[in-house]
Amino acid sequence: MFHESELVLQANHIVKQFPASGGRTLTACNDVNLSVYKGKTLGIVGESGCGKSTFVRMVISMDKPTSGEILYRDKNIVAMTKKEIWENRQNMQMVFQDPLASFNPKMRIIDILTEPLMNYGRLKKSEKEAKAKELLEMVELPADFMYRYPHNMSGGQRQRVSIARALSLEPEILVCDEATSALDVSIQKTVIELLVRLQEEKQISMIFICHDLALIQSFAHQIAVMYLGHIVETIPGADVSDKALHPYTQALLGAQFSIHMDPNEKIESIESEAPSPLDVPKGCPFQNRCEHCSEKCKTVKPVLKEVEPGHEVACHYVTDKK
Amino acid sequence: MLEIKDLAVQYGKQAPTIEHFNLSMKKGEIISVVGESGSGKTTVIRAVLGALAGSGRVTSGDILFHGQSLLNNSRDEWRKLRGTKMSMIFQDCGGTLNPIRRIGSQYVEYICTHSNKSSQEAWALGVSMLEKMRLPDAENIMKSFPHQLSGGMRQRVGIAMAMTFNPELLLADEPTSALDVTTQAQIVRQMMELRDNFDTGIIIVTHNLGVAAYMADQLIVMQYGKVVDRGTRDEVMNHPTNDYTKRLLAAVPEMGGERFVS
Repeated sequence: MFHESELVLQANHIVKQFPASGGRTLTACNDVNLSVYKGKTLGIVGESGCGKSTFVRMVISMDKPTSGEILYRDKNIVAMTKKEIWENRQNMQMVFQDPLASFNPKMRIIDILTEPLMNYGRLKKSEKEAKAKELLEMVELPADFMYRYPHNMSGGQRQRVSIARALSLEPEILVCDEATSALDVSIQKTVIELLVRLQEEKQISMIFICHDLALIQSFAHQIAVMYLGHIVETIPGADVSDKALHPYTQALLGAQFSIHMDPNEKIESIESEAPSPLDVPKGCPFQNRCEHCSEKCKTVKPVLKEVEPGHEVACHYVTDKK
Repeated sequence: MLEIKDLAVQYGKQAPTIEHFNLSMKKGEIISVVGESGSGKTTVIRAVLGALAGSGRVTSGDILFHGQSLLNNSRDEWRKLRGTKMSMIFQDCGGTLNPIRRIGSQYVEYICTHSNKSSQEAWALGVSMLEKMRLPDAENIMKSFPHQLSGGMRQRVGIAMAMTFNPELLLADEPTSALDVTTQAQIVRQMMELRDNFDTGIIIVTHNLGVAAYMADQLIVMQYGKVVDRGTRDEVMNHPTNDYTKRLLAAVPEMGGERFVS
């Protein structure tokens, strides 16, 4: 469904390990392979601690992977020097969950918005006001907001400002880490609509981290489901609700509450909790919560196999059945 | 069982945070209060428990529990009610536990404060409550510190503690907001079982409309401190009449629902 020529970013065999107490290692990402295409959204879902934030931090060079490579336009950003990373940041920008924490509370919006451009020497001081006005208009905020401070704005307005700041450098890739989780549903919807509109206008590629499957499937072209540092399924966004195959994706779907659900219907949810990432079991990471777990699952780690174009699953139960 | 009449609450000298709030609740009923941040939904249940934060105070109206007004309760009267007849679950139950004391010691203290059980009996009761919440290896959990448990487990410990004396009224303030979806589903299911098994009345405050709709017999929609819509689940969710409710419902992402991209 995607053309190779439109490939913007490719992560190959990314492994990230952190040292932990007692000589143990915590594997946050284990052999992650993902691709980002021009003008498309890659959604990453998973529960807390599954390694999704760690992965995007490596994409925007805030962390270095233990092994593996990240190719941006065929350049390996893992091997870049500090200077090159700094230059490369103009191509990929990030929007965080809590804009209040990512803004300097003592800076006015005008300075916050134009700081990235000033940093790279792409804007003169005299042009600041015009640029801030343009950026605010882009995210549908009134121009006089530029003289406000972050605390004078609502959460949704602040998140718009952080989107404007991230896009001021006209990056090719926008990374959003739970960018709407802290917002109320009605505001969440308007922010998503804004992101989708800007994506279409500017052909931006997005990586969007989210724990809400219902939200992400409404605007992602491709969804990767992560569990304990492993990608267990990648699937086109439109297909998640009826074609998802991995038992974990099924569990996520079963645990969704819908406003139109039948109250007498039992919620299906898996019992127990994910094992600690310090102690990932041999074989399939999902084995202890999976109802289809077999002997094979306990010894052999399943790898991603294509079941349909654009749809890959890492599960013995699913792929052996086919 | 519980009746709130024309309640108004004010913090300091600000404009009233909630106004004209009415609610009446039967035993074993589940009421969801939904609304966006700042709509005053938490203030409502804090007022019921007499635990308004800071300078908050009830300026008019009345809260009746079994026909008795709660507003002029003395400290001793509150002490008899709270933790036994009515109890509360917070968004982050782990945060309400003392981080440097083991769960067991806090649990035993809580039980002994509200009853004249010996500490051995209290320990056994604590273990049995944790087991009822389907926590694995309850003895071990009693010996753990809060930080050794996951968020979902801490939340279940909080619910177990709140349910120890089989309260008639359980107040839940965003009990699942900080949890992952699979854990959220587990907690919601357990709260529903409380009602089925113990006939507990629950007021749940949440911004998750899906959870609210699933659990509630009665729904209350709040905006800017006022009730803008109320009714049974079917009335509010399937046939909303109020514009704000309609907008709110339309904004909830649904599986297989509206897609913004092709």
